[in-house]
Amino acid sequence: MSARTEVLQLRDVYRTHGTGEAAVPALRGVSLTVRAGELVAVMGPSGSGKSTLLALAGGLDRPTGGEVLVEGESLGELAARELARLRRRRIGYVFQDLNLLGSLTAAENVALPLELDGVGVRAARKAALAALAEVDVAALANRFPDQMSGGQQQRVAIARALVGERRLVLADEPTGALDSQAGEAVLHLLRRRVDAGAAGVLVTHEARHAGWADRVVFLRDGVLVDSTAPLVGVEQLLAGSGR
Amino acid sequence: MSIRHGLLALLERGQMYGYQLRAAFEESTGSTWPLNIGQVYTTLARLERDGLVRPLPESDGGQRPYEITDAGRADLTLWFATPISRADRPRDELSIKLALALTTPGVDVRSVVQTQRSATMRALQELTRLKFASDKPEDLPWRLVLDAMIFQAEAEIRWLDHCETSLVRYRPAPGRPISHPEAVDRADEEARR
Repeated sequence: MSARTEVLQLRDVYRTHGTGEAAVPALRGVSLTVRAGELVAVMGPSGSGKSTLLALAGGLDRPTGGEVLVEGESLGELAARELARLRRRRIGYVFQDLNLLGSLTAAENVALPLELDGVGVRAARKAALAALAEVDVAALANRFPDQMSGGQQQRVAIARALVGERRLVLADEPTGALDSQAGEAVLHLLRRRVDAGAAGVLVTHEARHAGWADRVVFLRDGVLVDSTAPLVGVEQLLAGSGR
Repeated sequence: MSIRHGLLALLERGQMYGYQLRAAFEESTGSTWPLNIGQVYTTLARLERDGLVRPLPESDGGQRPYEITDAGRADLTLWFATPISRADRPRDELSIKLALALTTPGVDVRSVVQTQRSATMRALQELTRLKFASDKPEDLPWRLVLDAMIFQAEAEIRWLDHCETSLVRYRPAPGRPISHPEAVDRADEEARR
């Protein structure tokens, strides 16, 4: 595991909102490394800094201290255009609000980030169809968002995050308002992509969802307080259930 | 739950002898509850005493199969129809531990909470991994047992989150230090005067 490529690195990252007396620290010296093939869940109560951490990891926000690197490139050293390109090409986002465009079909929604990046229409559509197939909704390619269920829309949103060669997938409460079966399917997809070699960060306040991660880190008041990996022997766990 | 009802449920499928019962029990609970053969025979003896099962003639191989009686069937039906009382479950050591941690001087309760949360989270990760690994339709009973354990672990973590939030706001009542026996003794003496 340690030999795997480091896809995301946060090095002693600080993020303070506002200045002077009104300054509110959101993150205070957070260091975190996520490698290829690894899914890390970030848990913590509201206001603990989870979403700030994800925004910084995805280059949607800049730290007030420390450094964020994606595949070895320091985001702080990139010009706005280069940062935008890195975001389009290497980072996939899945948000709680799906942000699908209502006037575009499923395939068009998924192809959009590629087309914005200059990929030809035909090649972008081909990649979009492959991504939709990966999340088992290839048959819905020509439907509009309002012709799909919530679970189907979320799958399309995930296909959009996975399309192309995204090496870093960032998910913020991706199961949103889905029921437990549909929510589980979403996590299954995320897990599958990570097992295929991507690095994933999952922000959630649901322990059951964090259970899908290789590592769970706990944020409290902007500081990482603990980190877990599943080390318990299966036998021990099962024996414990028979009390 | 009792092993009694587990065995009755298995005998409702058809007659079985001890080793078959043990294997079937472990199969249907996904080995989450290993039984030893002694437990099986002790339980069968009690069931027979209570008229819920009856032994059949020994087979050629020297195995004695058992079958469920009408009384056993009625008992089983009642068991399935009756919800499990929460009061029947063992007392929860964790909640007792936290309650004591809160009232014992020098204990860092938040650290007790976090230590437990990490341990339970690890278990939850392991359970999820097991569930992810078994996706065949015939694994459904096993997956449902895993789900039960997953939801229990989740509930415990939610409760720990809740405890932590409550701890942030917790201030012991002024003028009434808790869990110093000497202080209580002094107060008692003063009250007596």
